[in-house]
Amino acid sequence: MIYLLIYGLLIFGMAFHLIGVLALHRFFDPYTRLHGSTLCTTFGSIAIVLSIVIYSIAISKIQIGLHAIVALIFLMITNAVASHAIARASYKAGIKPEKLVVNALKR
Amino acid sequence: MEGKKLIKTLFILFAIRLEVKGLATFVIAFLLSLVLYLLLTAGSGTFLLWSFEELCLSIIVGFIVASITIFITSKLGIEIGAKALNPKRWLLFLAYIFGPFAFSLIKANFEVAFRVLSGNIKPAIVEINPKIKSDLGIAMLANSITLTPGTLTLEEKNRKLYIHWLYAKKERPRIKDVCSSFADWIRRITE
Repeated sequence: MIYLLIYGLLIFGMAFHLIGVLALHRFFDPYTRLHGSTLCTTFGSIAIVLSIVIYSIAISKIQIGLHAIVALIFLMITNAVASHAIARASYKAGIKPEKLVVNALKR
Repeated sequence: MEGKKLIKTLFILFAIRLEVKGLATFVIAFLLSLVLYLLLTAGSGTFLLWSFEELCLSIIVGFIVASITIFITSKLGIEIGAKALNPKRWLLFLAYIFGPFAFSLIKANFEVAFRVLSGNIKPAIVEINPKIKSDLGIAMLANSITLTPGTLTLEEKNRKLYIHWLYAKKERPRIKDVCSSFADWIRRITE
C-alpha cells in the first residue's frame, strides 16, 4: 500500500519533469524557457523528495529523508538565484524577449 | 540585589553588542550552519541523536563558517539588522513558506503545466512597486517571485521590480495580480 503511494509520487514528479522538458522544446526564448525549468525544480523535485521521505520512514532510516529535505532546500534557493542571474544576464547581453505584449523596461 | 544589577548590565551590554556591525549576521550564519550540520549528521550516536564528537565539531564548523560569512558580507557591504534575530519573525517566515507561498506554488504549477501543454501564452515584462525598503525584503520577494512558475524577476531599479510574466492578464497590474499576497507578508516579516 505504502509502495503504491511512493510510486504514485515518483510518477507525478517525473510527469512534471517531462512537462518542463516539453517547455524547453516548445518555447522560443531564454525567458519563457526558464519558466519551464522552475516547473521541474518546484513540483517535480518536491514530489520526488516526498517519495524519498516516505520510503525512508517505511524502512525506518530517517536520515536519508532528512538529507533529501536538505538537498531540496538548497535546490530551491539555488534555482531561484540562478534563474534570476540567467534572465538578467541574457537581457543585458541584448537577447530580445520575443512576442511580448508589454515591455515596461523600455518605457 | 547585586546579582540582579549584574544581570541587567550584562543584558544591556549584550543588546549594545548586537548593534555592532555584522554581529547579527554572525549569529544567524552560526545558527544556520549549526542546524545544517546537525541535520546532516543526525543518528550518529547515543547523545540524543548525535555522538559527542559531532556535537563538538558542529560548533567549531559553525564558528568557521560564520567567520567566513562575516568576512564576505563586510567586504560586499551587506548588512542584516538585529531585528532579524527576533524569533517571532522566524515563525512568521515559516508560516509564510508553508501558508500563502506553498498555496500559490501549487496553483501556479498546475496553471503553467496547462499552459505549456496547450501553448496558450502571452509573455510580458511588467513593473510592480512593492514598497519594500530593506535589501533583505526585496531579495526575499524577488526570489519568491522567481520560484513561483509563471513569473520571473528580471531587474530591480529603485526598489521597483521588473517581472517577466508568462501570461499577462493586465497591462499595468497591481501587486496582487502578480504575486498574490507575498509583498504584505514580507513587509510583515522584515520591517
